[in-house]
Amino acid sequence: MALLQIYEPGETPAPHEGDHDVAVGIDLGTTNSVTAVSVDGTPEVLRDEDGQALVPSVVAYAPDGSPIVGGLAKNLLAMRPDSVVSSIKRLMGRGIEDIKTVAGHLPFTVEPDDEGGSRMVRLNVGGHRLTPVEISGHILTALKERAEEVLSREVTRAVITVPAYFDDAARTATKDAARLAGLDVLRLVNEPTAAALAYGLDKEAEGLYAVYDLGGGTFDISLLRMEKGVFQVLATGGDAALGGDDFDHAIAEHFLKDWTGETPGAGAVKQAIATAREVKEALSADDAGTWELALGGESQTFSLSRAEFDALIEPLVARTLRICEDVLEDAEVTPDAVKGVVLVGGSTRVPLVRAKVAELFGREPLADIDPDEVVAVGAALQAEALTRGSDTLLLDVTPLSLGIETMGGLTEKIIPRNTPIPVAKAQEFTTYQDGQTAMAVHVVQGEREMVDQNRSLARFALRGIPPMTAGAARIRVTYAVDADGLLTVSAREETTGTEQSIEVKPSYGLSEDEMSQMLYDSMKHAKDDMTQRILAEARVEAGRAIGAVRAAVGVDGDLLSDDERAEIEALVGAAEAAVAGTDRDAINAAVEKLEEGTREFAEKRMDRGIRAALRGVEVERLDKATRDREEQQDETQKKAEAGD
Amino acid sequence: MQATADGAAKPETQAAADERIVQACWSCQGPVVSGEPFCPSCKAVQAPGQADHFQRLGVARGFEVDTAALEKAYFQLQRQLHPDRFATRTTREKTLSQQQATSLNDAYETLKDPLKRSVYLAHLMGLDVLKEGCNALNDPVILMEAMEMREALADAETAEEVGDLTRRAQGDIADCEAELADAFHGTDLDRIGTLITRLKYLRKLADETRFRRAQMRGRA
Repeated sequence: MALLQIYEPGETPAPHEGDHDVAVGIDLGTTNSVTAVSVDGTPEVLRDEDGQALVPSVVAYAPDGSPIVGGLAKNLLAMRPDSVVSSIKRLMGRGIEDIKTVAGHLPFTVEPDDEGGSRMVRLNVGGHRLTPVEISGHILTALKERAEEVLSREVTRAVITVPAYFDDAARTATKDAARLAGLDVLRLVNEPTAAALAYGLDKEAEGLYAVYDLGGGTFDISLLRMEKGVFQVLATGGDAALGGDDFDHAIAEHFLKDWTGETPGAGAVKQAIATAREVKEALSADDAGTWELALGGESQTFSLSRAEFDALIEPLVARTLRICEDVLEDAEVTPDAVKGVVLVGGSTRVPLVRAKVAELFGREPLADIDPDEVVAVGAALQAEALTRGSDTLLLDVTPLSLGIETMGGLTEKIIPRNTPIPVAKAQEFTTYQDGQTAMAVHVVQGEREMVDQNRSLARFALRGIPPMTAGAARIRVTYAVDADGLLTVSAREETTGTEQSIEVKPSYGLSEDEMSQMLYDSMKHAKDDMTQRILAEARVEAGRAIGAVRAAVGVDGDLLSDDERAEIEALVGAAEAAVAGTDRDAINAAVEKLEEGTREFAEKRMDRGIRAALRGVEVERLDKATRDREEQQDETQKKAEAGD
Repeated sequence: MQATADGAAKPETQAAADERIVQACWSCQGPVVSGEPFCPSCKAVQAPGQADHFQRLGVARGFEVDTAALEKAYFQLQRQLHPDRFATRTTREKTLSQQQATSLNDAYETLKDPLKRSVYLAHLMGLDVLKEGCNALNDPVILMEAMEMREALADAETAEEVGDLTRRAQGDIADCEAELADAFHGTDLDRIGTLITRLKYLRKLADETRFRRAQMRGRA
């Protein structure tokens, strides 16, 4: 077994990744979801027997609570409105107070908060109490199962895309949903960035590009520079509650305004919206049409022309254009500097959208990759890059400013929007009262000056500050955003070292307890899954340790006597044997023994290293020696393998 | 890849070699010169270390920076150190790569922007320009200029007028940066401080003119 492979820095395929499972890319959309997989740089969208790639993001709940996802659920939408959920993405990471503004047409009863825990919305769907995270988790579970069926192999890892404009709470909610579905999220990638990746790699696009992404429920615009395998997001903007759904609502409202019968109920509204969607799709090709709307026992006929449709949605399209202008402004770029505009999302099929985008940028937009599939394709490419290694570099930014509440309810920005991630920034604060022993930290996201106009992400308190006069304490608050765009906040009193750190989660997320309960409930083999994960982690760690020792022997093997070398070889052999097995404790024990058994050798190596440094030996020469020895070692290993 | 790895690692090597602090690699326990992003023996990613932004990106310390070379060094290092390269590695490696990439972003964002670069460089020279820029608010010339520009902005009624002010501010910014480059060749910290303050408010003004134009567009 060729366990010892030393990779150059930056080329780091995992040593223990078998081919038993494959990482997929998932575009978890408001209206539809798409899964794709990439093998050897060739992405492929997964389709069902009918050639359909789009899985409606609709979940129907049977009386016993078991979920049905996709086309079948969509067909039940009108018949059983109380137990079918659509467009759940709009509620991801939302609190009860957001519901009124976000989900104007929500036909579900919102359950009240409980046990003072999280403020996440809970819906009553056909008598079942469900969070958006669970509902999204059910969609992801279905996508995972479908992918496993099509690929005939296990799928446990995925890149999942999110709107660039998703805030921290919505991103965390998406990651939690994946966890419920038994998917390990390799990375959350922004939808427009994924689309750019697909275009850049497939069409070899280079230069400044704008990605205009109008989906079912979200709008994103990202400006990227693409060059020689580097995808650098310069600025991004959007609206997490603006999409094709709003077009449907505008049409439905227009129809219902003229409705002469009884006031329509929830089911009727859903029916009207379903008809409105047909109208939208038809008018994207035709100039006019007539539709029959049957609500309750009544039926009425409506007609609509393309011009009337355009007039209905014009204000919504104008909103997207305003955001485009702001993003260009932010990046200090004029529209004519943009080399191409990529259209993403089913709603970009609407002719008015295309025309307006073309007008703003002064060029015909690109749609050569199916706007419904391009995001999943990009996600699949990134999933392969993350698991198999790649030379492509994706550099993304934070979509919204992250700040902290200061005196008077003002927001102080700590990380401004469009800052490249990962990023960490710290700010010092002080106490304002004599003897103050605690400080409240209120984390907010958004561009407004007043805290209450921004999104509240979390609150926590730093306690145990020693009593001092006002202004004497030095409290350092650090915001760190990782490559998934997720925020961690820590606060530390500098003179005593009192520290508090939280992952920004509690406010709208699920608590760990809720999470484990849901994991327990949702996974048939929750325990197996956990064991598998722990075993996989132990193997990765063992692989690292074995590789490190092998490399050390390769570089400084001359420090070892024959006996010592044999002893280390034996320990390595034992560790390898343990890795081949499935006993996690045995693997960890073997790794521990290996590390103990090489301690003396490590000391000798350090001695030599320090002496070399003192003597002024050029590190470059050490480097060269390393390389030479690696080659030698490869030889030795080949011989050893041949000898097996 | 070999060439890339070497090319990017070299400046770090030289910066750190001056101090020649040898530490044990966390993974293979072998010797690593501090500041090296990777262990020379086992290639494990290391902690970012204490290098300054110039050392980290391997460019000469000074106000005048070859932005193309800066960007190239940044991309090269990110290619090796970005968390995307460590998605399937151990937790420790993921954490270290995130710290490395964070330090790189910090260094690059600071050095690519003339204002941030000048504040940082002044800080390295022992001058801390305050956030609010009060160092030279008592400078009458700057005060006059600021008041005059602000009045002009308040009086501007059309997008064209505001656009003119943007261009004027941009011209002043270019002049100020040229003066700063000259000042940084010397050691007159007072002059450097004054120029940084002026650059700060000019930039703020330019932002305000852009904001104002966006507002006008919003109304239209």
